[in-house]
Amino acid sequence: MNELARVRWKCRRGMLELDLLLGQFVGHGYHQLDPAQRAEFDRLLDYPDTVLLEWLLGRIRPTEREIVRLVDKIRAAAAP
Amino acid sequence: MEKRSFDTLIIGAGGGGLRAALQLAQAEARVAVVSKVFPTRSHTVAAQGGVNAALANVLPDNWHWHMFDTVKGSDYLGDQDAIEYMCRAAPRAVYELEHFGVPFSRLDTGKIYQRAFGGQSRDFGGDQAVRTCAAADRTGHAILHSLYQQNIRARTHFFDEYFAIELLQNQAGYFLGAVAMNIASGEPLLIEAKTTILATGGVGQLFRTNTNALVNTGDGMAMALRAGIPLQDMEFFQFHPTGVAGKGMLITEGARGEGGYLLNGDGERFMERYAPNAKDLASRDVVSRAIATEVREGRGVGANRDHVLLKLDHLGADIVSKRLPGIRDMVRTFLHIDPADTPIPVYPTAHYTMGGIPTDRHGQVVVPVQQGAEEPVPGLYAVGECACVSVHGANRLGGNSLLDILVFGRAAANHVIEHLKQQRYHQPIPADALEPALQRLARWNRQGKGESIAGLRAQLTKTMEDHCGVFRNEEVLQEGQNAVLALRERLREATIDDHSQVFNTARIEAMELENLMDVALATVSSALARRESRGAHSRIDYPERDDQQWLRHSLFNLDPMKMDYKPVRMQPLTVDSFPPKKRTY
Repeated sequence: MNELARVRWKCRRGMLELDLLLGQFVGHGYHQLDPAQRAEFDRLLDYPDTVLLEWLLGRIRPTEREIVRLVDKIRAAAAP
Repeated sequence: MEKRSFDTLIIGAGGGGLRAALQLAQAEARVAVVSKVFPTRSHTVAAQGGVNAALANVLPDNWHWHMFDTVKGSDYLGDQDAIEYMCRAAPRAVYELEHFGVPFSRLDTGKIYQRAFGGQSRDFGGDQAVRTCAAADRTGHAILHSLYQQNIRARTHFFDEYFAIELLQNQAGYFLGAVAMNIASGEPLLIEAKTTILATGGVGQLFRTNTNALVNTGDGMAMALRAGIPLQDMEFFQFHPTGVAGKGMLITEGARGEGGYLLNGDGERFMERYAPNAKDLASRDVVSRAIATEVREGRGVGANRDHVLLKLDHLGADIVSKRLPGIRDMVRTFLHIDPADTPIPVYPTAHYTMGGIPTDRHGQVVVPVQQGAEEPVPGLYAVGECACVSVHGANRLGGNSLLDILVFGRAAANHVIEHLKQQRYHQPIPADALEPALQRLARWNRQGKGESIAGLRAQLTKTMEDHCGVFRNEEVLQEGQNAVLALRERLREATIDDHSQVFNTARIEAMELENLMDVALATVSSALARRESRGAHSRIDYPERDDQQWLRHSLFNLDPMKMDYKPVRMQPLTVDSFPPKKRTY
């Protein structure tokens, strides 16, 4: 199964902001994740768009440590 | 090819599609919803504003005032029967949502909270009205999730992550369903249906700088075009003057309201030249055109001189944080700059598609028949941003798009339910009806070297931005039409490297680009043909509205390529018509 393509399609969201942030991360940071972190990223993508937006724009800090780490990585990958 | 049968097929799982699906499922129809992404990731989720309804919870209000505002906002291009229907149906649409579980914000009295929005008045153009119902700043999200849950309960069948390829019709022009592709497996699926509802949303992805999600590629509009249905009023596209340059996200007018202003590459506050009084707070189209003009004339900012700057740093970090927190978060995240220190690169951003698939107020797709009046296309409906009812005419009012999807999603479903009583059986699908879909699928299996999809898409969206954006005249639009036609030819020769079956997103993106090309051609051709300025369509060579010649709807046909026109429905259902007047606020 083409795992990367499946995850990339899951990054197609209802909001442009998320498309850009998640798309950029899948293009650049994702391949550096180990299998456990990839599974974590897959789980992150199950959250509703509004929750992801608050986390990824830095408005709300997620409570789970694993999620915080991922959110920081995604934010760092957002190229100006 | 595997086949499944339903009473109704709905393509698109945003608010319009899900509202229709729910109504049908509750009436015990067998309904299938096809969505290329998981339903709650549809673009409805991004709608923050709210839903207009004359509930009069805050100030006196009634549907007739709402109707007046909508007709005026449409610059008199909206169909007044559909507008009356929508405004009368609005309170019920809101109460239904409440019943479905949407957590509307409340007043202290316990009634639904309403907020003031631009373009809303009391007493036919008088003082500001307070008409927009909201669930905090996530109304679209709340509506989409509630409707999805209700549909699961009502046993609507969802085909998640299926991409619709082409509609099916027989010789008599009756629509019979569609062929879709399971994105996960690459397998095609024939979905047979007595009625098909298109609900695929708008097409903001036509423009390089836009506010829309990536999914908004006009798939339903393009399928309709290729099935011989014209697109209506496609020249009317709503732009916001200040989007983040090169990315598209909206920066609210509030930023200029708080004292922010625009600078060109020479550091000049150029709005003083275009609007000496209102300056940076001039109307949206004036500011948008001024920015595009500065860039066209070489006074842009940046390595490519392709944007201008929005300066907020003189306001101080305190004001920026307190009054514009959302903008500060967004700009920090995406640009790694703090707008309290550094000006923001901005350019006009495409936001909403007023045009679309022509329908009547029952959601039935309608086409002109020879020289006569228009007639419904048997078995085909369209609702929401992909449709043109037309309630938005030449310009949409804030708070009316969520209302549109709810009212006409429901109305279309009710019409389908009546239709299904007569249409008891599926009609046979002729073998040749599948041909267009099969050809389209096979086309992307072609081997060999060709231009890349991403490269062609970038050229298309840049062409549309430069030639069919906020700066329009005959020459610019003609060049744009020629360029789109040439790009469309080049796409025929393009190839993709990936021919695998499982999650082949390259193939989906190629087909999305085909859809964008067809809708781009409709948009630039309609804009070239309309020699006046009305609502969102603003021509510098024809700056005035011309009701004598142009108080009519455009219809673009793809094959053969030609423009056609039909009258605006000026007669409401029960009240007097609002005759065209100069639109001033």
